[in-house]
Amino acid sequence: MQPTFSSSRILLPVRPWFIYLSLIVALLLNFLPTAHWPGMPDWVALVLCFWSVREFRRVGMGWAFILGLLMDVADGAVLGQHCFAYVLLAFASTSLSRRLLWFPLPQQALQVLPLLLLTQVVQMLMRLAVGADFPGWGYFVGPLIASLLWVPLTFVLLLPQYQPVEQNPDRPI
Amino acid sequence: MAGFDHAPPPFFKRGPAPLALLTFYTLLSLAVFVVDLRFRSLDLLRQSVALVVDPVQRVAQTPGSLVDYARNYLEGIRSLQLDNDELRHAKLSTAPNLLRLEQLEAENDRLRKLLVVKERENAKGQVAQILYTARDPFSRKVIVDKGQQSGVVAGQPAIDEAGVVGQVTRVFPFSAEITLISDKDQAVPVQIVRSGQRSVVFGLGNGQMELRYMPANADVQVGDVLVTSGLDSVYLQGFPVARVVNIERDSAYSFARIFAAPIAGVENFGEVMILDPRQPLPPPPPEAKSRGSDGSDKPGLRPKKKRAAKGN
Repeated sequence: MQPTFSSSRILLPVRPWFIYLSLIVALLLNFLPTAHWPGMPDWVALVLCFWSVREFRRVGMGWAFILGLLMDVADGAVLGQHCFAYVLLAFASTSLSRRLLWFPLPQQALQVLPLLLLTQVVQMLMRLAVGADFPGWGYFVGPLIASLLWVPLTFVLLLPQYQPVEQNPDRPI
Repeated sequence: MAGFDHAPPPFFKRGPAPLALLTFYTLLSLAVFVVDLRFRSLDLLRQSVALVVDPVQRVAQTPGSLVDYARNYLEGIRSLQLDNDELRHAKLSTAPNLLRLEQLEAENDRLRKLLVVKERENAKGQVAQILYTARDPFSRKVIVDKGQQSGVVAGQPAIDEAGVVGQVTRVFPFSAEITLISDKDQAVPVQIVRSGQRSVVFGLGNGQMELRYMPANADVQVGDVLVTSGLDSVYLQGFPVARVVNIERDSAYSFARIFAAPIAGVENFGEVMILDPRQPLPPPPPEAKSRGSDGSDKPGLRPKKKRAAKGN
């Protein structure tokens, strides 16, 4: 099994249920008590970004909006805060997706970082505008760690799509 | 079998343009944001989404609480015995006061009746378990396991064994959200025990609280205990709220900056007691009402104002 992405590698088509499962798992990860630890990434934003880069026909702004609504209710935040940030994230990663996939994985991670930072900054600005306090710089450590996780995340989420490396030429499928 | 669909691949069927979608969803989420913040009219939407999210969230919190439970269990009998001894000791040392409390309350009731003062309200409530703290880094809220099903309504105060913890701000079918008193701009009307002076204490959002609008020469000392004054119709009188920890008096400002730390274990997990809503206060006296609706305070001030306007 080949651990890195390369354009010479042809992937199997993605299974829709796997996309939905991964998004639900990301939600669960966000609900875990570990979400209060400093520097924990926003898993939903990360997985949403991944799928809107890879499969922008299936996962787009509609999903971003619904996931944002769920996160808002779960967080006890103002409704619409995560919605807006996730919708922007989905739009940005969809429009960058054709360019992004040309790069090797570490450089992809570097380009994903500003998108994830944007998500946090947008949420912070929305709350600051209505009278909240600055939550501290620790709030921006999450996206840094999330972009470091881009490489392992790509490997894990593409696992069901990899084909075996040594193929039997008599049986191509 | 995924590759053997007979329908042509949807090359040309892409739905609305991305920019149109972006505009639509952006406007929708901003509208939801404003409506939720300003008008608070989306509680039904929030409650129905919470009905789906809440069980999932509880399941996600289970591993953590299991670890807590296991740790408590393994801490063992030794610490239990220590606790037990301590509690017995504490009980004994408070016994003289407690034993007479009943008699004192009865006496107080009788005296109040003699003076024709309204009787003190009794504090009643229900115990609720804190499930988890809300993940929102901009506010300080906790979720407890009692909701509409247990008759909790928004506005009820929550206390723990030491003092006031917060106030119920949102109610869901099976859970409720308590905003802690240390949340930013969460206000509690208080009274200084030593001097009897009334004021309002505000949360600062960083775990501390501030006593605002106290004159620079106000009689406040470090260590003063603030208890609820009972002037609002929310908190009963006399629950400890905070202790003054720091006072900055600067003659450049007309108000002193007085910082206080909450007395209750506001940031701790555990159990809280949600007190029943207070009986409604008597309506304000009629003469104050008529003065307020009149719009002007004293008839003597009117000619002055007119003269001033003419002079300009």
